Amino acid sequence: MTLTTFFQHTLTGISLGGAYALIAIGYTMVYGILRLINFAHGDIFMMAGYFMIFSMASLPWQIAIPLVCILSVALGVAIERVAYKPLRSAPRMSIMISAIGVSYLLQNLATYLFTALPRSYPEIPFLKKIFQIGPVSASLVTFITPLLTLLLVVGLMFLINHTKFGMAIRAVSKDFETAQLMGIRLNNTISLTFVIGSLLAAVGSILYFTDRMSVTPFSGTLPGLKCFIAAVLGGIGSIPGAVVGGFVIGICETVLVALGYSTFSDAFTFILLIMILLVRPTGLFGEKIIDKV
Amino acid sequence: MKKSTKIICSSILFILVIAFLYFLDSNKNQYGMAYSVLQKGIIMAVVAVSMNLVTGFTGLFSLGQAGFMAIGAYVTAIFLIPTEHMEGVYYISGASPVIMTFKGWLDSLPAWFQALTPYIALLIGGLIGALFAALIGIPVLRLKSDYLAIATLGFSEIVRAVISSPQMDTITNGSYGLKKIQGFSSLFQTFAIATVCIAFMILLLRSTYGRAFRAIREDEIAAEAMGINLFKHKQLSFIVGSFFSSVSGGMLAMFMRSIDSKTFSISLTYDILLIVVIGGIGSATGSILSAILVTLSKEWWLRFFDNPLTIGGFQIPFFRAGFRMVIFSVILLVIVLFYQRGLMGKNEFSWDRIALQFVKLKNINKKVAKEGGSKNVE
Amino acid sequence: MSNSILRVENATMQFGGVVAVDNLSLEVNRNEIVSLIGPNGAGKTTAFNVITGVYAPTNGAIYFKDQLITCNYPKGSMKKLYAGQNAGMYTKTIKQTPDRITKLGMARTFQNIRLFKELSAFENVLIAKHMHAKANIFSATLGFNYKEEQAMKEETLELLEILGLSHVKDEIAQSLPYGQQRQLEIARALATKPELLLLDEPAAGMNPQETKDLTAFIYDIRSKFNITVLMIEHHMDLVMDISDRIYVLDFGKLIASGTPEDIQNNQRVIDAYLGVPDDGE
Repeated sequence: MTLTTFFQHTLTGISLGGAYALIAIGYTMVYGILRLINFAHGDIFMMAGYFMIFSMASLPWQIAIPLVCILSVALGVAIERVAYKPLRSAPRMSIMISAIGVSYLLQNLATYLFTALPRSYPEIPFLKKIFQIGPVSASLVTFITPLLTLLLVVGLMFLINHTKFGMAIRAVSKDFETAQLMGIRLNNTISLTFVIGSLLAAVGSILYFTDRMSVTPFSGTLPGLKCFIAAVLGGIGSIPGAVVGGFVIGICETVLVALGYSTFSDAFTFILLIMILLVRPTGLFGEKIIDKV
Repeated sequence: MKKSTKIICSSILFILVIAFLYFLDSNKNQYGMAYSVLQKGIIMAVVAVSMNLVTGFTGLFSLGQAGFMAIGAYVTAIFLIPTEHMEGVYYISGASPVIMTFKGWLDSLPAWFQALTPYIALLIGGLIGALFAALIGIPVLRLKSDYLAIATLGFSEIVRAVISSPQMDTITNGSYGLKKIQGFSSLFQTFAIATVCIAFMILLLRSTYGRAFRAIREDEIAAEAMGINLFKHKQLSFIVGSFFSSVSGGMLAMFMRSIDSKTFSISLTYDILLIVVIGGIGSATGSILSAILVTLSKEWWLRFFDNPLTIGGFQIPFFRAGFRMVIFSVILLVIVLFYQRGLMGKNEFSWDRIALQFVKLKNINKKVAKEGGSKNVE
Repeated sequence: MSNSILRVENATMQFGGVVAVDNLSLEVNRNEIVSLIGPNGAGKTTAFNVITGVYAPTNGAIYFKDQLITCNYPKGSMKKLYAGQNAGMYTKTIKQTPDRITKLGMARTFQNIRLFKELSAFENVLIAKHMHAKANIFSATLGFNYKEEQAMKEETLELLEILGLSHVKDEIAQSLPYGQQRQLEIARALATKPELLLLDEPAAGMNPQETKDLTAFIYDIRSKFNITVLMIEHHMDLVMDISDRIYVLDFGKLIASGTPEDIQNNQRVIDAYLGVPDDGE
């Protein structure tokens, strides 16, 4: 492989990793606060893709993009209120089944509304312009994805560590009841978590689908699972961890495809998961939870 | 209710079921839809009970059923594709010489043995599935329920990826799938195999091991303190459950006559989960009932949701392809949110309970009659 | 043959930087009733958890019936962090799991009651007999172990009878009144046929009459079942009444041990825990 190709692939990998990182953050935040694997997160990502298709059909991109973000956030918050909130005190399995149910519903709803045939993703003209930096050439979106990701993550970390809202989120992640006793509005804090997660998923969705041709109702399943694995790799509950995990998985996947093992690139991610869970279940940056007997 | 009465009731029920199956079997052509949907329902009942065994009774949230079904299906298919069709089916790269030699050896066996091939195929499929379960159980069963779910889901996807990879062309025919699989000889055969499988699982659940499984579900730490080796028992539950999931996969292959990796996607696992939740997590008989009901509804009765419906010249909106699945997803969510216990909660079917219902009804009638009478007098 | 049934030697349990149990040594002899007391957070339940294999001690050794069953010493990252004593004393590592401990003959109850909530009282006790079942999964499923199964069920009924729980045997454990739940916990532990029974606050939440009944019952356990009892308790009347010997823990350290009279008169114990009786008493 020539140096140019190597750089090319690295760039693609980092770009893919950036999109994955944004989605992985959604998983890790929801898990941190509700101890729930939000199986439906990948499908919010998918629905954001469809929202974009329909918005761009009649609106300019300057309006479409914010609209997509708003719709995704609305969807995320609605899901939390309807499907997760009533089950907060139910056994863990119930809320996970509910998440699976929501995922199932979204996929079937998308199939019903938009058919299972791939729908082509609209082009945002300036994003698809090819630029050349040194030996590598790629569309603008490939370049800006990692930058945008880092920007958003820095902003998010600031929010989490230096604002009241962030403190509320951290408090609720540690202990539901005590946080409530301290006067934190539990429902609002949880909704805020979903707002952030869904917003990042919407942005990730735009960045991800711009370079791909089309969206199907099942476009969210595999990326969703991979991003959850990325969150686990980085340490579930840790935002920097999710970002690192996203980049690692994005790069590994691109490398595998480049080496010709594309069929195994998906399986590889799962094998990676099983290995992490064996060797270091708390992930790279996670913390250990001790059960009191 | 007296034990003898119970036995009589069960026997009558059994005879009715057999009679019904016989009727359907003889009039296969007239009732084709009912026949095939019922057959599928019976197969789904086996896998639903197996999932309930692992998830509902032992508390291990395993989402790998589709993977185990795939293993069982492909093994069974290899046994049951007639040798003369093998080259035709494996048209891309040809069948592996190992498999062809094996098929040749199978053909050379005496006829009475060959008649048992379907059963042996299913058994071997189940055993290979159980072997995989034992292997992945070692790392995976130590995980907390959320991670176990994802890990088993991952396993299922890995199986699918491997099956459809071009490297496996000579064994699984890659992404093109296998066809011309020999089917069931009759509805009775399906029913008999399913009954044996489900009976074994129910007996297991009633035994001391079944109780140990339930203890693990209720409180792992307490179960361990009571002398139950957690890992060993989780392994047992997982292996037995996966064995029967694989057998049901083999049965599915026989039912569908042709399979490919798309048949065994995560959606299949979700379908089974839907059945288990509706029937009641922790109720084996609930899973059986639910499997039949859900399959009948999904494949047959609710199909009308998928077709445009006009009443009195007015087209009802929403009714078109895909609506049926939306309805199903909504039903699942409604049950999870409002009827968490499902149809039967953690209870099993029992004649006593039915008798109790009759007695209750009788008392209500008596009460109403009494009150109505006295009111009239005044 | 020595009379010792349990000997804990220099057991230290450290979680990260927190030393929960500090160099605890205690001994229990056959047929004794020994109590472990101390203020909340003193490390009593942690000590139980170390003895029963829920945690492996950071340092120390445990002998059951004079056999070494547990041993450990600070390793790896714990080497630097270790804040306890006797760091160089032990060189072997033997760890146990709770099920193996129970199989050796040591059973326990839990401070916060850990019954199998949605199962009946009968099933709760019957499950504790599973560890004695010799049948493998196939014979059990196919019913070849009929005799064994019947024996287990009969023993369970007997045990429930002895504890006065026969009339509620088919009730769901969760629905039983608190006192009966505590009794059921003990019944379940007894079903494992232990030689040593560890009771974690058996009288918690009980009124004086119930505590009296429990006292009588613990005496009964010792004589009828020939069992040794090690008990964590806060009800001082029960402790002083029933114990042959008492160990007192405070901030993870053993501050006193001896007979009830010794302990009642021990100034350190009075300062840390017992307090002085009011003038009215």
